[in-house]
Amino acid sequence: MSMVRTEAIPPQERGAGIGTRISDVLWRHPAVLIVLLLLPPALWLGIIYLGSLFALLVQSFFSIDHFTGLIRYEFTLDTYAELFRPSNFDIILRTVTMAICVSLASAAISFPIAYFAARYARGAWRALFYLGIMMPLWSSYLVKIYAWKLILAKEGILTWALQGLHLEWLLDAFLALPVIGGNSLSVSTTGTFIVFVYVWLPFMVLPIQAALERVPTSMLEASGDLGARPGQTFRHVLLPLALPGVIAGSIFTFSLTLGDYIIPQIIGTSRLFIGQAVYQHQGIAGNIPLAAAFAVVPILIMGVYLWIAKRMGAFDAL
Amino acid sequence: MSAVTFDHVSRHFGAVKAVDGVSLDIAEGEFFAMLGPSGSGKTTCLRLIAGFERPTAGNIRIFGDPVQNLPPYKRNVNTVFQDYALFPHLNVIDNVAYGLMIAGQGRRQRHAAAEEALELVRLSGYGARKPSELSGGQRQRVALARALVNKPRVLLLDEPLGALDLRLREQMQEELKSLQRQLRITFVFVTHDQGEALSMADRVAVFDHGQIIQTGTPEDIYFRPEVPFVADFVGSSNVLPEALVARLTGESRPASIRPERLKLAAEGPLRARVTGLSFLGLATRVSLEAGDTRLTCLLPQDAARPAEGEDVALDWEPGDLHMMKAGA
Repeated sequence: MSMVRTEAIPPQERGAGIGTRISDVLWRHPAVLIVLLLLPPALWLGIIYLGSLFALLVQSFFSIDHFTGLIRYEFTLDTYAELFRPSNFDIILRTVTMAICVSLASAAISFPIAYFAARYARGAWRALFYLGIMMPLWSSYLVKIYAWKLILAKEGILTWALQGLHLEWLLDAFLALPVIGGNSLSVSTTGTFIVFVYVWLPFMVLPIQAALERVPTSMLEASGDLGARPGQTFRHVLLPLALPGVIAGSIFTFSLTLGDYIIPQIIGTSRLFIGQAVYQHQGIAGNIPLAAAFAVVPILIMGVYLWIAKRMGAFDAL
Repeated sequence: MSAVTFDHVSRHFGAVKAVDGVSLDIAEGEFFAMLGPSGSGKTTCLRLIAGFERPTAGNIRIFGDPVQNLPPYKRNVNTVFQDYALFPHLNVIDNVAYGLMIAGQGRRQRHAAAEEALELVRLSGYGARKPSELSGGQRQRVALARALVNKPRVLLLDEPLGALDLRLREQMQEELKSLQRQLRITFVFVTHDQGEALSMADRVAVFDHGQIIQTGTPEDIYFRPEVPFVADFVGSSNVLPEALVARLTGESRPASIRPERLKLAAEGPLRARVTGLSFLGLATRVSLEAGDTRLTCLLPQDAARPAEGEDVALDWEPGDLHMMKAGA
């Protein structure tokens, strides 16, 4: 083995490159590093993200001159008052009702899936679970919606399958129902609902699964040990402990449903949802203030929703 | 009457025999300890009593009633879990009152009973706190109160003191013992700490590889181990192999001798070399090697200490050499 002789280098002269000098300065002034790291995201969040939101908010306090079609840049609450006209208020009610139904259905479907994944799935089953949940997210949103249009259409695979099972009468009876029925599922509110639930489901499953994963088995055993039947354990222990996950998931499903304008455009009736109203008012009608006022509605609803969730103690177990 | 009876109970997980043909009989009002290394089946036995596991074979009776087909919520036993398993979303009083709430008691009545149980574990006034605001020892007491408030006929404790520091553990040992005397509930206590088992229990069952190796009073287990495993695991006793015992006594059986009964002498039946010395406060522990057999000897602090590497002779009183079962 040969000996390698090393010269002692004075520490000051070691690696005098520009990179080293910058590192030295940052090491001596950690605050500078934090400012450098935070400046770009802070600018993005502050100016582009919140700034545009603020611009939107400001627009909603202007109004449109119905004779000239020009925007009057004066502060007024008239545009908000317009939201309460029956034709507009219907849109809000319809969208909120849909968002509530979609969130409830997603939660009901997601819970058993998430429970299985959190408690029983191991190894390959676990990988399969993540794949099954995530894979629909990899394909285009539009492709999925059009695929559903074909599935739900009058000549679609669902009708065909029901014909084969001689259950077409069941579908016809369902479609004859007011409000949720229609000519076919693809042009009914039920169709819109089905596709909403399908598209947002992963956003509900994953937070619930994460919440259930944090509940130790001993907690459920303790409840049974203290005399609780499985149903009671679910109500008094599992659901309260999983609630932060359900709320987190419902924040996604609720707000995404409130804002979406493509699904009800392609699947469902001609009755509008908030997203479509915003789209139409800012586009064809050129009524930017009313579009802005409509866009503020989901923000307000979500604010109220989160406040209620907090009051109900949904975040206590976090 | 027996509180808990196991009749050839097995619990196999595939090829793993967690519990393998265990028979035991726990008397009413007894403080019964299940002692063994981790993976020896003691916790599975406790879970079989609680109903979290179902036996693959055998019968379990609690106060004479067969329970192997009874779910946990129909058994009159309660468990103190190793991790306490307190409900984080409920405050202390609601945790303790949980079983009573499930049983359908009104709010005022169950809170009064829970407050009483908290008093029993010296935690009155802590009802409004959340479990996360308590120390480990306090959580342990809440878990105890939560089980006791239901007035179980058998209380199961799964290594309840394992997470506590030494001083707190010793204090809780005494409290548990006096609580058990006061309430006269049958306690079944799982632990891997032999000192804990011996100091608290009326009777101890020593587990290894899913089977009970020996059941007896702490004195039986400590002074009269039946097999080398018990001598070694429970008493940290010296185990003399059959060949050595045959040479010393003419009988071909393993034997054990307590470290404090081994004496260093000028003359003795056994010669050994000193391989290490450690200071323990009350005594000095001398590690010895006699051929292939490793021995330890506890010397009183005032006795003359040998040097490391020195050859010494070992002697004992004839009655101190305890003969064990052959072939085990």
